[in-house]
Amino acid sequence: MDWAMLDNLRPAWLNPTLLATVIAMLEAVAILLVAVLVSAVMTVVERRMLGLWQDRYGPNRVGPFGSLQLIADMLKIFFKEDWIPPFADRTIFLLAPGIAMASLLLSFVIIPITPTLGVADWNIGLLFFLAMGGINVYSVLLGGWSSANKYALIGSMRSSAQTISYEVFMGLSLMGVVATAGSFNLREIVEAQAGLWFVIPQFLGFCTFLIAGFATTHRHPFDQPEAEQELADGYHIEYSSMKFGMFFIGEYVGMLLISALTVTLFFGGWHGPLLPPFVWFALKTGVFLLLFILARAALPRPRYDRVMTFGWIVCLPLTLLNLLVTGAIILLANPA
Amino acid sequence: MELAFYLSALMAVLATLGVMTNPNPVHAVLYLVVSLLAVALVFFALGAPFAGALEIIVYAGAIMVLFVFVVMMLNLGQATVDQERQWLQPRTWLGPSVLATVLLLTLVSLLWRGDIQAVIEGGGLTARGVGTLLYGPWLLLVELGALLLLAALVTASHVGRIGKVAAPSPAPRDLPTGASTPANGQAHQPSTNGVAGEDV
Repeated sequence: MDWAMLDNLRPAWLNPTLLATVIAMLEAVAILLVAVLVSAVMTVVERRMLGLWQDRYGPNRVGPFGSLQLIADMLKIFFKEDWIPPFADRTIFLLAPGIAMASLLLSFVIIPITPTLGVADWNIGLLFFLAMGGINVYSVLLGGWSSANKYALIGSMRSSAQTISYEVFMGLSLMGVVATAGSFNLREIVEAQAGLWFVIPQFLGFCTFLIAGFATTHRHPFDQPEAEQELADGYHIEYSSMKFGMFFIGEYVGMLLISALTVTLFFGGWHGPLLPPFVWFALKTGVFLLLFILARAALPRPRYDRVMTFGWIVCLPLTLLNLLVTGAIILLANPA
Repeated sequence: MELAFYLSALMAVLATLGVMTNPNPVHAVLYLVVSLLAVALVFFALGAPFAGALEIIVYAGAIMVLFVFVVMMLNLGQATVDQERQWLQPRTWLGPSVLATVLLLTLVSLLWRGDIQAVIEGGGLTARGVGTLLYGPWLLLVELGALLLLAALVTASHVGRIGKVAAPSPAPRDLPTGASTPANGQAHQPSTNGVAGEDV
């Protein structure tokens, strides 16, 4: 097709700047929708995979191979009674699930998917993710408090103490990557991995980041905030219908976010031979999503105080050591 | 950007007013969070995204979470709200308002006479710039700050230990699951300290 001719047909108000803005906005909305959709699909994929790994069938009744289970779940969640307990703090009770979804979805802004696709290209990219992670704590904290339920309160207290502890060295574990790449900008970090993925020089950083990622998304070995046998359901015990759905999907959005970030920071983002960049990014992210599920299928849940002790005794020193060694190597390689 | 600056500044002022006038402690703390986020936006609008991001990470994301945490565990009910409402009488406002007005007048007069352009515009504050400054000319202050934090850490660990000595018989690690005390939060807090203090 002759694009130049098409250019003449363009009305006067549709200048290239406006067009670029509109395209960028559409891209952003598309990334947002895909993130939510993948998270929703993950809920079913997780149950099927758990079934596979635990030697049983998962949900396999609705549609071929249980592929329509998601629609059944969504219908159920939409049409359940939307119940707000009379003793709850109404405003905050309504606010909490929104914070849970919004803060995590906003973090997708900084992830560079392919060399051309991605919403924002910021110099403070990684800090933005840490900031949104910090805001995300409020969703659990406020959800648990506003429910005016003891189980919910204990769950949210556990969660906030755990998240704050693990966020400390989540930030520290990323500093090795930042120091090696010399930038907080995720696009530059990916480009710095063209020769060698950071998982090799930053192996300790990768391990601690992944553990912290599990802990901050409250995924299985670290899901004490919602430990069923002790706390019934933890912080979202009073939530029902769509508000529960937002917490529920929010957890998977968090999983997707941590997987995508791990790929971006440690596994070279879109880099890879033969296949197009987007496919590489999706494949690598998929592997980490499966890792999240496999951990849930394989590991028992440790006691809460063990989780905290492990964080402060094992992970924090490891990240500090990693940062120290990385700094020393960088200084030795190019003395200032 | 100028519009963003004025909007977020207005929001910061309104949210801070909310902190002072709201009788419910948790709501007041949440207003404070909003206020800090608005201040972070002011930083973004001024072209200092690094400072803005740190404001969110450190203040809104960590310190205020601990505030909410503590206020939550105090289990303040309607009685506190009523008491707070009673305390928020106009005559209680009088003294602080007069003092604050003096400060406000000073600020306004300074802004009125000074070079406002220079006040609003600032150089791009990058992570590299901040790091070079902190570990260059201000190294001593960084070290002093580190000492202060170390002192706080030692204190916290010491307080945790005192709790342990006072109650020797039950294993302190089992306290949170014991839940024999009605205030679960208070049983929980020393135990967290104790675990951290034991290891420091």
